[in-house]
Amino acid sequence: MGEFRQARWFEPLIFSIGSSGRRGYSIPSIRDTDRSALRDIPENLRRRRLPDLPEVSEVEVVKHFTRLSQMNFGVDNGLYPLGSCTMKYNPKMNDAVASLDEVRWIHPLQPEETLQGMLEVMYKLDLWLCEITGMHKFSLQPAAGANGECTGILIIRAYHQMHDELKKRREIIVPDSAHGTNPASASMGGFEVVTVPSDDSGCIDIEALKEAVSPRTAGLMLTNPNTLGIFEERIREIEEIIHDAGGLLYYDGANMNAILGKARPGDMGFDIVHLNLHKTFSTPHGGGGPGAGPVGVKEHLKDFLPVPLVEYNGKKYYLNYNVPHSIGKVKGFYCNFDVIVRAFAYILTVGAEGLKSISEISVLNANYLASKISCIRGFEVPYGKGKPRKHEFVASCSELKSETRVSAKNVAKRLLDYGIHAPTIYFPPIVDEALMIEPTESASIEELDEFVKVMEAISKEAYENPEKVLSAPHNTSVGPIDEVKASHPRTLCLSWRMYKRKFMKE
Amino acid sequence: MHDQYIPNDTEEIRKKLMDAIDIKEIDELFSDISEEIRLKRDLNLPNSLSELEAKREIEKVLKKNLTIKEMTCFLGAGVWPHHVPAAVDYVSSRSEFLTSYTPYQPEISQGILQALFEYQSMICELLDMDVANCSMYGWPSSLGEAARMAARVTRRNEFLVPHYISRDKLMVLKNYAEPAGIRIIEVNQSLRNGQIDMEDLKRKVSNRTSGVYVENPSYLGFLIESPEEIAEVVHDAGGLFLVGVDSISLGVLRPPGDYGADIAIGEGQPLGNYMNGGSLLGIFACRGEDYLIRQMPGRIIGMTTTLDGKRQAFCMVLQTREQHIRRHRATSNICTNEALYALRAAVYMALLGPRGFQELGEIIISRTRFLIEKLSQINGVRVPFFDAHHFKEFTVNFDGSSKSLREINRRLLEKEIIGGKDLTSEFPELGQTSLYCVTEMHTLQEIESLCESLKEALEA
Repeated sequence: MGEFRQARWFEPLIFSIGSSGRRGYSIPSIRDTDRSALRDIPENLRRRRLPDLPEVSEVEVVKHFTRLSQMNFGVDNGLYPLGSCTMKYNPKMNDAVASLDEVRWIHPLQPEETLQGMLEVMYKLDLWLCEITGMHKFSLQPAAGANGECTGILIIRAYHQMHDELKKRREIIVPDSAHGTNPASASMGGFEVVTVPSDDSGCIDIEALKEAVSPRTAGLMLTNPNTLGIFEERIREIEEIIHDAGGLLYYDGANMNAILGKARPGDMGFDIVHLNLHKTFSTPHGGGGPGAGPVGVKEHLKDFLPVPLVEYNGKKYYLNYNVPHSIGKVKGFYCNFDVIVRAFAYILTVGAEGLKSISEISVLNANYLASKISCIRGFEVPYGKGKPRKHEFVASCSELKSETRVSAKNVAKRLLDYGIHAPTIYFPPIVDEALMIEPTESASIEELDEFVKVMEAISKEAYENPEKVLSAPHNTSVGPIDEVKASHPRTLCLSWRMYKRKFMKE
Repeated sequence: MHDQYIPNDTEEIRKKLMDAIDIKEIDELFSDISEEIRLKRDLNLPNSLSELEAKREIEKVLKKNLTIKEMTCFLGAGVWPHHVPAAVDYVSSRSEFLTSYTPYQPEISQGILQALFEYQSMICELLDMDVANCSMYGWPSSLGEAARMAARVTRRNEFLVPHYISRDKLMVLKNYAEPAGIRIIEVNQSLRNGQIDMEDLKRKVSNRTSGVYVENPSYLGFLIESPEEIAEVVHDAGGLFLVGVDSISLGVLRPPGDYGADIAIGEGQPLGNYMNGGSLLGIFACRGEDYLIRQMPGRIIGMTTTLDGKRQAFCMVLQTREQHIRRHRATSNICTNEALYALRAAVYMALLGPRGFQELGEIIISRTRFLIEKLSQINGVRVPFFDAHHFKEFTVNFDGSSKSLREINRRLLEKEIIGGKDLTSEFPELGQTSLYCVTEMHTLQEIESLCESLKEALEA
């Protein structure tokens, strides 16, 4: 077990590099047409002062961004057990097919007969996702999980509106362990959010749920397995309670990696599902995006999906805009196709058998880790004692904190020093000093054992030499960052021009 | 084939892991899923393929696409063909960027954080705004978020948009606006020159107006002649002025910050991103006043220092606006965005620099004029439909010919040319009109061949 060293370049802002007159782009000759055309554009519509962009050669640009990349950490660098984010390996073959000309150089408004390849990929992925989730039709339009959630909420809205009940049904029920996006999406869709607590086993408190439902209930948003990594065993009861009250069930697919080929949200009674292709289906997360959050529904909600849907008439694939109660559109065009094609390639290579193995091993890895971590001094795995976890588990280090002052945040920062990305911390909010750990199926047993050793070492350090942990990280490109200063109105700096104004007194 | 991605999927390691947690069968880990909902069969999916087979299969399917490299395409309308420098592909394929998550741990993520800060900064320079976020799902999504932000800032709920915006964009806008109780009101535009009908605008602007939105260049390619006047009307009424732009135009056209925009949005796909069948990068920027910044949606990267004050450093800021802290009171639910496309845009903007943007803009304007001139020599073609200045896109009307647009486009396709976007269903009042797009990618020969083929199609 060795400590790690991240690159530590003193890399200036791109604005401070270069020299007047340099450029990194060669412009095609303009002789063929007429440069004087610009003079046709009246003075008052023309830019008066050139934008204050850097003047750098291609050489400098490439070096600058290469150095920056070395001060970043991705799944190819090391273990990335970021809970609920499913940071699994991103197969290189998928990147290769996403960079084909047939993906890059197509325009979405081309005639359908010239886009049959794209439409076939979309149509088949739709079918496969239906089979995987037990739903009946998918829209691949949403660009992210939260965009998918909004789509689902808009469908719930349109559904109740059609039944003339929207005025009455104003509430979406969300468990207290839910992802923050759930309440935010419900609220963007114009609903009020009702929070229900979890019981001691980490699942929805059924009695509290019964009290929460009413004629005002529009629906429930649920992640299963939930954010504690625990499967909501009483899902059928939950389903009955919501459906009996006239509400719809929405499945947040963030944790789908746990149950591929084992159980399907459709069979659990969910009406609407979103998946995160950038989680479960291995598309790279790109430092924050692009993603894809396809939304699938049961038969009775098909006519509410966004337009266009992709259909097949036995001869050709086509875009169907004739969707009677469609909610319209939730983003421009049809999908992030470069993401879609990667997920298509992934399912094609792993197949049904592979998907099942993915869930089995991701769950096995998580339980193996949970059993080891819960034995480390200062740590425990609260809620649902003795229950198996699914693809992730939430450890608490509140004992460690009260005994040594070392918090979940400190543990997270110290992990970075060992070249392991931190877990998700302080989430879900119902666990004190939470560390949400998701190793995924991509972690090898060697990496898991290494992780355990590092956690043991951190615990030992906390008890013997807490300063080392409290002042972490030490080995990353920069030491602890002043995040309070970063958001303070006096020192807030969000752009180069703000920097010049505030700190250079230009 | 899947085992190449799952190191622990060997019998030996499975057994070792199961022994360690004291189980005999893997299904013991799934015993909490009740019989009734357990999937008792295999998923019905195609058999898994080796990498070689899968690659061949996917290539075979995708070959059914006709790329714009194999034919000539004059489509724009929200996503446009522009050259992508190789250095952009190189940087965005660095896996430290490509395979990283949202930078929740800033100390180990300085690379993407600094790159995104530079993206925000260069967007601000280009748009002449103070603050930008690090991306939205696309221009239409940016518009939806902007309408909500204007309502939060002004506590008013009427949002004015021009008549000539994309119907798709309008649909996205409505999905953001309606649940928030925001009314969308269209402002008339002149059928002659596309300009905003100032009388109509003044009639519709009131103390209920949260904001007035215009696009420059507009959806149909024409430029707005006097944006200041629109800004004045809405500012006088206490609302915000919002402007949407095609980012690539700003080396030659006036930036929105220069004529009074409070919020500026737009499409960043032209900045080093492939069309990818419609992948987008939503630009979102605003002026630097605190009351605006606090209402911004999306991730924002800020510059700060390390705690010891010794090093410049970057991290996500103002997170109390966001869903993971504020939950249902957040300014937006967005978390996954289009960061990698923003990174690509950062590399692109750095490569071009001020002069690159200017020259590229000049080329596009000169190609636009060249194509308009060529087309106007054809009998039965009225181009541009609107008597105004255009950038990159313009309207071509065929009412003077006996052929329908559909037939004309079909005949062009036979010659492996994809004509402009058919606007007949979006804007019936424009007759048989289509929207043409021309960029630095179109060669002189392609333009000539379009004109030849059009002539033939009209005479056929």
